[in-house]
Amino acid sequence: MSAVTAGARDGWLRVAAPVAVGVLGLLLWFLVVDVLEAAPRMLPSPIAIAEELVLRSGIIAEDMAVTATNALLGLGVGAVAALVLAGLAMASRPVDGMLAPIVAAIAVVPIVAVTPILNTMFGASSQFGRVAVAALAAFVPIFVNVLRGLRQTRPVHRDLLRASAATGWQRFRVLTLPTALPYLTTGLRIAGSLAVISALVAEYFGGPADGIGTAIATYAKSGRASLAWAYVAGGIAIGLVFFLVTALLERLATRRSPQ
Amino acid sequence: MEHGRADAVHAVEASGVGKVFAGRSGEVVALTDVDLTVRAGEFVSLIGPSGCGKSTLLRLIADLDGASSGALTVFGKPAHQARLDQDYGIAFQQAGLLPWRTVAENIALPLELHRVGKEQRRARVAELAELVHLGDFVDRHPDQLSGGMQQRVAIARALAASPKLLLMDEPFGALDEMTREYLQSELTRIAAETGAAVVFVTHSIPEAVFLSDRVVVMSPRPGRITDIVEMPFAGERDEALRESPAYFERVTAVREALHGAPVERANER
Repeated sequence: MSAVTAGARDGWLRVAAPVAVGVLGLLLWFLVVDVLEAAPRMLPSPIAIAEELVLRSGIIAEDMAVTATNALLGLGVGAVAALVLAGLAMASRPVDGMLAPIVAAIAVVPIVAVTPILNTMFGASSQFGRVAVAALAAFVPIFVNVLRGLRQTRPVHRDLLRASAATGWQRFRVLTLPTALPYLTTGLRIAGSLAVISALVAEYFGGPADGIGTAIATYAKSGRASLAWAYVAGGIAIGLVFFLVTALLERLATRRSPQ
Repeated sequence: MEHGRADAVHAVEASGVGKVFAGRSGEVVALTDVDLTVRAGEFVSLIGPSGCGKSTLLRLIADLDGASSGALTVFGKPAHQARLDQDYGIAFQQAGLLPWRTVAENIALPLELHRVGKEQRRARVAELAELVHLGDFVDRHPDQLSGGMQQRVAIARALAASPKLLLMDEPFGALDEMTREYLQSELTRIAAETGAAVVFVTHSIPEAVFLSDRVVVMSPRPGRITDIVEMPFAGERDEALRESPAYFERVTAVREALHGAPVERANER
């Protein structure tokens, strides 16, 4: 009985504790900016930001859609490329050897560094550069995780499929791929946040005049702090959605994994 | 023994079979000069200390590894062909169920791999689930089952394609004694009902004596067959047998064959 109430209290605490921290933080913020009026120039009150958020919700939502679409496309393209290449690397040792340095190079090069080049390369009216940046950023963690996952099949399962005279494709479909699935979703969770950050930051370096990142840069430069912060809130929302969806996928995939 | 024609072909026939593994520090002889015949419908146990090659011999019969020397046929075909034709079913020490599949989907796996139609598959799975007394559990996942139940699913899966030969590599080795004895009785019944020959690897003397028509005693360094002990218990493998003097007499016989008197061994060589 006491264990049950202790469990219930723990569950309640897990929700209440972060909420309390958030409320306290907002109160402190409000106190410093609106009551003490001791804030630096670009830090408006949370109320002002909320007002902008409501007032400009239409245009903010449009820009969120642009950035989110770029991030999602990048994540999709990066994931498909990572899946195909990891599959090839697992199937053939020479391919693995050829891909290893390329993946290491992509992992080491700061993607943001090539963003201005990509943006100029594909023109000021194209989203392609932004999608490419998101795809490159998403590719690495998915490739690394999937390749590891494809190598996790247990000997007893491999023996079983050989004893059942399974073809190579059947073994891949029935055993190798399902074994790798939790690794794929872990890669997706890491890559999801990276894709959002990359798509957003890519907007700071040119391209079309839309998206969350472009708006933040524009309004920060012109001193409209509340609106800039309202767009930051929009960026946070996109990141949260990507994280929550990919984390949920991961949870579903690991429910029935070995060990 | 109604199948007169099937009896004519032996389930397993090995002559002069050897296996050499290429290790880092030279070659390791795992098995040498094995002659063994398993008749259709016969239950044969392989017993011996670790390193005697009993599991290796089973893997050769299953064509999970290839023999280095000698001739090995399963139902008159090369082991490789018998594997492709699904002439045997196999169960390992670990149940080896796919955790993301339900019990029914696990049992159906061999049928699915060989493109048996959905309806036929469903009917066969229902039949097999009844055979291993898991009819109420077909929709569960492996992590919801006990070790003994998982092993019964593995046996049902091994029987899915109605093989006339069942290969088992210490299938009850990881189970507690109570479950073990229960599953031994179950296996006796299942072997009788299906009429399949069984090659059963174990390191338990009582288990081998209880289950088998013949117990093949093996010895290590290099792995070889040293003795074959006949069991006269056909048709009387029930709980009473476990208490009978005849049973203990055979247990002693196998134990002596395993440990062997030094003089006899010298004579054999």
